[in-house]
Amino acid sequence: MGRYRWAVASRALAATAGGYALSSATAAGLGLLLARSGNSSVDAVLWATMLAFVVHAVAALWAFGCASALRAWLGIGIPAALLGGAALALRGAPA
Amino acid sequence: MRPDGKPEGLRQSMSWLHTWCGLLLGWLLYAVFFTGTLSFFVDEITDWMRPELHRSVPGPQTAELAVAAMQKIAPDAATWTINLPGERQTAVEASWRAPGAAAGRAGTQRVQLDAGTGEVLTPRETRGGNFLYRFHFELYAMPRIWGRWIVGIATMFMFVAIISGVITHKKIFAEFFTFRPRKGQRSWLDAHNATAVLALPFHIVITFSGLLLLMSMLMPWGIDAVYNGDAQKYFAESRGRAAGGGGEREARGGRPQAAEPAPLTAIAPLMQAAQARWPERGVGSIVVQRPGTPGSTIELREQGAHSVARGAGEKLLFDGATGAPRTPPEARAPSAAQMVSGTVMGIHLGRFADPAVRWLLFLSGVVGTVMAGSGLVLWVVKRLPERRKLGRTPRGHRSVEVLNIGAISGLSIATATYFFANRLLPVAIAQRADLEIRCFFVAWGLCLLHALLRPHRRAWLEQLWLAALAFAALPLLNAATGGTPLPAAMLHGQWSVAGFDLVALAFAALHGFAAWKLGKSAALAATRPAASGAGLRVPRPVAQSAEKQA
Repeated sequence: MGRYRWAVASRALAATAGGYALSSATAAGLGLLLARSGNSSVDAVLWATMLAFVVHAVAALWAFGCASALRAWLGIGIPAALLGGAALALRGAPA
Repeated sequence: MRPDGKPEGLRQSMSWLHTWCGLLLGWLLYAVFFTGTLSFFVDEITDWMRPELHRSVPGPQTAELAVAAMQKIAPDAATWTINLPGERQTAVEASWRAPGAAAGRAGTQRVQLDAGTGEVLTPRETRGGNFLYRFHFELYAMPRIWGRWIVGIATMFMFVAIISGVITHKKIFAEFFTFRPRKGQRSWLDAHNATAVLALPFHIVITFSGLLLLMSMLMPWGIDAVYNGDAQKYFAESRGRAAGGGGEREARGGRPQAAEPAPLTAIAPLMQAAQARWPERGVGSIVVQRPGTPGSTIELREQGAHSVARGAGEKLLFDGATGAPRTPPEARAPSAAQMVSGTVMGIHLGRFADPAVRWLLFLSGVVGTVMAGSGLVLWVVKRLPERRKLGRTPRGHRSVEVLNIGAISGLSIATATYFFANRLLPVAIAQRADLEIRCFFVAWGLCLLHALLRPHRRAWLEQLWLAALAFAALPLLNAATGGTPLPAAMLHGQWSVAGFDLVALAFAALHGFAAWKLGKSAALAATRPAASGAGLRVPRPVAQSAEKQA
């Protein structure tokens, strides 16, 4: 029972905090990518943010649907790191 | 998510996720759905709650009377906005801004005018429908930002619950046509499914747009990254394009020092021109910039003509001194991203030209509220066999039962109490608006207490009947305490007042029906000893197997 509770807690954390990190990275990273590839700034923000909410919901489904808590974290953490990295790289760079 | 750690299918894990997402914030979501649904009629509710305005009956000269009144009340204002009566309000609501006044609501002064005489009406102090509207996304008695975060998080849970719910019920569309009444748990499940599927697009749009409406708070990172931390620039750019050349903003700078005053042209010919152009809806509001100066303009806006995609409806612009038509500044066309986000948010806000669509949204909201409520009840009903096996009621189950009653029937009673307090508290009492709201919360708290002290089924029955009675009494209360009685309101076309009374009667019928159904099943269950102990009816096979075990 103890193990089960820890697994649920771990996945819940992946879904909420991890999911929010991933969706924030999506909003920022994708927003910058769109803005730098010819879209207007307002459009880039709107598309990226709308998608970010969907991404968070999908991340929550993934966190509880995949086979193990470790996979839950990897599946959310890796794309979050990639998009977050892209955001950091693009933000400093000139348009 | 099985406790024994055995592998399971996607549907099982999604069902688990759906159950817990739904339950954890289900009570809050129910309240958000309930008050949000009522908010589609926020103006009508406010109108009903100010019976002093009911005697205002519009005539052919309403616009002239209103402009004349404004010339007396606020001759030196920078802007007048005169909202004419229509299907959503009985009186003229006029507001004005002094030159150099603070932006937004703080710098706006308001007055209510009798549409038949032009005299100022003093309605009682009340928050009206605005309290319910604000509650549905900011809650109450806490900093606004907290309330918005809590509701925002609950909305995310709702979004996850919807998607996982759809995955769980892979045959959801086939099962939509299945309803097995009077079958205990199956009936609750079917009711939950049917209400979910019936308005599924509505549920998805309303939830997603709820997130978008709170976007700059919940998910500011896109704005932050793309605008390099300058959020104000984003707001300015997105407003500039979506709204086009709005009249209010250009006038905010104030009033030029006019050498000599230039009296406003007569409004009647302009109204006739607009009436000819919009024969169906007529004029909804009149906006006058810099009244009394040579540079003044008069803008007439079509009644209720908001389109979800286009934003505000059609306008006619005139020179204020001569009455000559002017070309309004062209609005820039919104982009695809703005069309998508603007449309879903427009649906959420009920920005529609057509009252029929508003009613459809309201009914979808009612269906959504029933979906949330039936899901909460389903949690309890589904666990009855487990409880029977245990031979006792686990504390967690009992807590859910009590919270369900308090959240569902308790909220109905609290809302009805709010309307009663509006009419029964003395008009001149100090802090009247706050007292009304306090009555709402005291009634809600008492309902929760009542649910805690009474047996489960008795508590449901008593509260549902009380809610039905209270809603049925509202039209009588309205007539007895200075409001326009329902027949007269229907006769005079005061649809804000009549609509409120009619919906109150419909709510009374809804609650009465629920109480009657529950009472009938209670009577049935009492004849079957095995099923009488638990709160709600159990499916027959379960009851029979329980009998065998006993």
